[in-house]
Amino acid sequence: MIHLSLPAALSALLAGIGVYGVLARRNAVLVLIGVELILNAANLLLVTAGSRPGAPLSAGPVLTLFVITIAAAEITVALAIILVMFRRTGHIDLTAVPDLTDGPDDAGDGYGADTDDTGDADDTGDTGDADDAEDPRAEDRDGHPHDATREPAAAGEGVA
Amino acid sequence: MTTRDIVFTAVGAVTALSALLSVTTKQVVHAALWLLVSLGSLAGAYLVLGQELVGLVQLLVYVGAIVVLVLFALMLTRAPIGPHAEIDTPWRQRLAGALLGAATTALLASLLLPLFSGATADLDTPTTTTPQVAQAVFGTWVWPFELLSVLLLVALIGAFAVSRLVLHRDGGHGARRPATVPSGARADGRG
Repeated sequence: MIHLSLPAALSALLAGIGVYGVLARRNAVLVLIGVELILNAANLLLVTAGSRPGAPLSAGPVLTLFVITIAAAEITVALAIILVMFRRTGHIDLTAVPDLTDGPDDAGDGYGADTDDTGDADDTGDTGDADDAEDPRAEDRDGHPHDATREPAAAGEGVA
Repeated sequence: MTTRDIVFTAVGAVTALSALLSVTTKQVVHAALWLLVSLGSLAGAYLVLGQELVGLVQLLVYVGAIVVLVLFALMLTRAPIGPHAEIDTPWRQRLAGALLGAATTALLASLLLPLFSGATADLDTPTTTTPQVAQAVFGTWVWPFELLSVLLLVALIGAFAVSRLVLHRDGGHGARRPATVPSGARADGRG
């Protein structure tokens, strides 16, 4: 026998911790960790409600399994978006100002390949962490037509 | 306090403490590792609650897949090793976040604790709920279950398309550059 107010209290606590994690982080991946905590609070509440005597249709555990599946799909798409953001801007800081400079840069990209290259060079020079920002661009320039050669280069630099 | 209450209190304390550490630590990789501890002990909490299938799926999907995916994302975005102050918002926003988190906890607790006060689950008779869950999944919930497989497929294609679309756009507005550079590269490679 177990008193169900204990898991209910833990669920409320996890949801509060998740809300703090979403609001207090600048790194986009760490914001996703807060979202995962909120989802787990919902899961624990579903399991708790489902283990009450007389809960119909096994709704608690079944809906928990569904929420776990949806969380897997959600984090896949979210991490793809975060990786694209890192590839374009060189950082995943959600409060960064240089997002404003991407607008004119994209407008300048429409003029042609030459202005595109200079615009990108200015862009990487403007961002604070030049090393982090230049490397993905360099990989894109060197290895963009050859996906097979681009992947080992990226992996090797990630390890180093 | 029964035995299950004591065990759940211990497992829940581990879950809550590691969750708190995962949102407050200054080291990026440690946040993902504390999340792993939190989700793993939450799987233990599901076991204590008598839902062994949900606990094992939690271990497989969350601990096995999602945390590993988060760690891969941290590696691919070149997360700094060691303590790093730049991963947190300024202290005013953190204070507001802490207040909002505490308010969320207070709101949910004030709603849920009276709802579950005195409610108990008798888990001591040795029964397993897995056959009931399986019959419910493939009986009552079969259409949402099939829809979820479509959702997973859409998420897979969507994640692929998001990364490919931007790559295509990168090559698109530099259309002259890939047209000239690969020809030179191929000539170099063959020559």
